[in-house]
Amino acid sequence: MGLIQSPTPSVVSVDPVNSEGWITTRLDFLVNWGRANSLWPMPFGTACCAIEFMATAASKFDLARFGMERMGYSPRQADVLICAGRVPFKLAPVLRRIWQQMPQPKWAISMGACASTGGMFDNYAVVQGIDTIIPVDVYVPGCPPRPEALIHAIMMLQKKVMKDRMSDSAARVEMEPDPTSQLYIPPSRIDKLSEQFGNSISQTRSGQ
Amino acid sequence: MATKRTIEVELSTTGLGADGKPQRIPLVSGDTGGLALQAPPALEPDLEGEHMLINIGPQHPATHGVLRLVLELDGETVVRCIPHIGYLHCGFEKIGEYRQYNQIIPWTDRDDYLNCVGNNIAFAMGAEKLFGIEITPRCTVLRVIGMELSRIASHLVWMGTTGIDIGAFTPFLWSFQERENIYNLFEGWVGARLTTSASRVGGMAADIPDGWLDGLKAFVRTFPKTLSECDRMLTRNGVWVGRTVGLGVMNPEEALNYGLSGPMLRASGVDYDVRKDFPYLDYETYDFEVPVGVHGDVYDRYLVRMEEMRQSVRIIEQAIARLPDGPVNVDDPRVILPPKHKATSEMESMIHHFKNVMEGPRPAIGESYVAVEAPKGEKGYYMVSDGTAKPVRWRIRPPSFVNLSAIPKMVEGHLLSDVIAINASIDIVMGEIDR
Amino acid sequence: MSGFTVVQSGSAPGLPTPASPKNVPHRGGEANPSAEALKAQFGAAILRVDVVWGETNVTIDPARALDIVRWLHDDPSQSYEYLSDVTAVEFRDRGLPIEVIWHLRSIKYRRFLRLKAPLAKGQPLAIASVWSVYKGADWLERECYDMFGIVFEGHPDLRRILLWEQYTEGFPLRKDFPLRGRLSRAEQLRQALAANPEARYSMEELSIADAFQELPLDMRARIRGGESTGE
Repeated sequence: MGLIQSPTPSVVSVDPVNSEGWITTRLDFLVNWGRANSLWPMPFGTACCAIEFMATAASKFDLARFGMERMGYSPRQADVLICAGRVPFKLAPVLRRIWQQMPQPKWAISMGACASTGGMFDNYAVVQGIDTIIPVDVYVPGCPPRPEALIHAIMMLQKKVMKDRMSDSAARVEMEPDPTSQLYIPPSRIDKLSEQFGNSISQTRSGQ
Repeated sequence: MATKRTIEVELSTTGLGADGKPQRIPLVSGDTGGLALQAPPALEPDLEGEHMLINIGPQHPATHGVLRLVLELDGETVVRCIPHIGYLHCGFEKIGEYRQYNQIIPWTDRDDYLNCVGNNIAFAMGAEKLFGIEITPRCTVLRVIGMELSRIASHLVWMGTTGIDIGAFTPFLWSFQERENIYNLFEGWVGARLTTSASRVGGMAADIPDGWLDGLKAFVRTFPKTLSECDRMLTRNGVWVGRTVGLGVMNPEEALNYGLSGPMLRASGVDYDVRKDFPYLDYETYDFEVPVGVHGDVYDRYLVRMEEMRQSVRIIEQAIARLPDGPVNVDDPRVILPPKHKATSEMESMIHHFKNVMEGPRPAIGESYVAVEAPKGEKGYYMVSDGTAKPVRWRIRPPSFVNLSAIPKMVEGHLLSDVIAINASIDIVMGEIDR
Repeated sequence: MSGFTVVQSGSAPGLPTPASPKNVPHRGGEANPSAEALKAQFGAAILRVDVVWGETNVTIDPARALDIVRWLHDDPSQSYEYLSDVTAVEFRDRGLPIEVIWHLRSIKYRRFLRLKAPLAKGQPLAIASVWSVYKGADWLERECYDMFGIVFEGHPDLRRILLWEQYTEGFPLRKDFPLRGRLSRAEQLRQALAANPEARYSMEELSIADAFQELPLDMRARIRGGESTGE
C-alpha cells in the first residue's frame, strides 16, 4: 500500500557516442523484464522459514503470480536461491556447493533472521549469516517473515534485476580473494580487525 | 478404545509376494510382440554384485528437510540405507542452559516447527512441574485447544507433503489453505502465525480475544469437509493404495524395541498414546478415540493420522463447550508478571517486573520430565534445575529422531521410490531431529 | 495383506484409570514399585531412590547398568518394553560426577522410571551400551557420545551423529565448552567450508567394497590420503 511506489518516469537522453545506445537500453529492459518475472526459485529450505515459504507458494499468497511457482530443486535450473532457515556449520559447504552449481545470472535471498545473521542461534553450531558463505542480494527480516514480507523481498529483488545492465561486465563475475591484489587482507589480520565486531569467542554478555 | 477400519479395495498393483514384500514382476517383450509377465530365467543374467551407492540430500525436495540418505542399491532395490543427520544441528540444548525458563519458550517453537503451540505448552508444563504450580482451569482447557489445533496443523503439513512425494499435488494446496485458517486463529490469539511462543510458565502469553471462539467454531465446522475431500481423493485411490500398502512394515515388537512412538507405533498395532496412558491437562475427561492400525505399513500410518485429525476436532468441540471463565494465568508472583498498568505506576510492581524479567523466576532444586503426545510421537522435555533461573540441563526428547533411526530397517528390500514414501510416512521434522 | 499377528500390547487389564497429575509434592511422593523390586533384586547396586515431583529416580552403580536395564526389560513383573531416552547431565558444580540417564516406560503396567548412573570425572567416561536390549538406543547413545564424549561400550557403531566426525572443538554439552565454541567465528567457518561435501562418505559406506571401486580415481586417492571429509 504505502510501501510500494510506482516507478517515476525518467527521461532517457541518448548520446550515441558516449553512453549506451537506445537499442541496448531496450534490450536490457526486455531481458531484465523476462528474468524478473520468471525467477525460478531454488528453495534451500531448512527450518521454520521453509514452512512460511511453502505457505507463500500455496494458494493464499501464491508465488505463481510472480512466475515463481516452478521450484528449481536442481540448482542448475534455478535463478534465485532462497535460503529459508538456519544454516549450521555442517550445512555450510553444502550451501556453498549449491550456490556454485547455480549458473549465472543468479541471485540470493536470505530469508529470515537466522539466514541473515544467525538469528537467535548465537552459538557454536550456526553460521552467523549466510552472507559469510554466499553473496546475498536481499535480506528478509522476521522469525519467520510473514509471506507478505517475503513477497516484498521478491519484489525488491525484481527491482534489482530490472536495474541490471548488460554493458556492466563485472556485475556477474564472481571473484575469489586474490592474494596478489592490493586489497587483499590475510585471514589472520581479518580476525584481529573483526574481533570487536563479533568474531571472537571471548565475548561475554549479561549472563552469557 | 481402538478404532479399526477395514478397507476393501481392488488393487491395481500385483500386491505382496509370499515374503510379504512388494512383488516385482519384470515386464519383458515376448516373442509374440506383446508383453509377457514372467521373464524366462535364461533371459535375465545374474546381475548380483554390482551395487550402486547413491546419495539423497541433504538438499532434496523429498527428504522433508536436510536429511541425507545414502542408499546401496541393487538395481532399484535398496540393499542398505544409511541416514546422516545433523545438518540442522543448532545447539538448542546448549543454549537452553544460558536462558531463563520463559526465554526458552521461543526455542521450543523452533525445534518441532510444525507443532509450535504444542511444544510451547509441553515446555510450560515441565517448568510448572519444577515450580510446583497448578495452572488455572481456563488455562487447562485453552491448552488442550492449542495442542489439538497444533496437532491438526502438523498433520496437515504431513498430508500435503506426503501427497507431493507420492505424486498428489492438490491435497497440498487444500491442506495449506486450512493451515491458513489455523494461522489466523493463532495470530488472533498470540500475534504470530507459526512460531507462536504461546505459553508462559504459569499460564499463557495472552487470553483469547473476544470473538476468537466464534472463529474456532467456524473452523471446526468447515475443516471436516475439507478433510473428507482429501479423504475422498486419497484413501480409495488406486495409485495411492498401490504405492503405500505393504511398505515399510514394522511389527509391534520391533516398533516398541526401536522406541517408535505416535502414529508410527500405533499403526503397528501397539495401543500406546501418552494422552490415554499418562494423561495430562485432564485428557482423561475428554471423550475421544485413538486409532490403532493393523498392518504397520505406510497406508495404515496414513489412516491413523487422518483419523487423528478427526478425533482432534472432536476434542476441540468438547473443549469449547467446557471452557470456563476466569483468569488464564495463575496468581503466583514468582512467575507471573504484574499487570502493565501496575508495573508502570507502583514501585513494588515495577521492581517485581524488573526482577522477573532480568533475573528470571527460580524454581526449587529438582528435575522434571514431561511427555506429551505430539503429532510426531512422544515428545518430552526433561529439565534439571539447580535452583537458579537457568536450567542446568534442558533435554528435548525428539520423537522424530527415534522414529527415523528405524528407517534402515524399514526400507530394506524396497524400491527406490518406496524409500521416499516410507520417509514421508515417518513424518519427520529435521529441526527436532537435529536440534 | 498382514504379515504378522497383531499384538494389541496396550496396558494390562485391571490397572487403575490414569489421571492427570495434580498437586504433586516436591519430594516424598509415592515411589514406582519397580524401585523396591530393583532393591530386592540388585541390592547394593542400587545406590539411591528419590521421588522428585512424582517421578522415581533410581541411582545405580554404573558397572551394573546393563544388567539392571536388561532385567527391567526381560522380567515379566517389570516389563519395561520401551526405552524413551538415553541422555546425560553435567552439573555446574564441576566436582559432581556426570550422570547418564535412562528414561524407561512400562506400557503394560503404565510406569515411568528414571535410572541414573554417576560417572566420576577423573577417569575416561565410559558405560555399557543398552543397544543389545533396546534397538532404539542406537542413535540416542551416539548423540550422547557426540555431545558429552561418553563412550558406550558395546555399541555397534559409535561415532558422531549431529556434528561431523572430524569436529575439532570438543564435546559441546560439557560445561567447560563455551557457548560459542572454542574457535573464532572465522576459523569455525573456514574449518566447516574446508570439508569437502563430495568426499563425505563414512567408512561404513565405503566398506561397501564395490562402491569404493565405483568412485572416481581422484576421489579414491583423496579419501585414502585422509582428506578431511567432514563426515
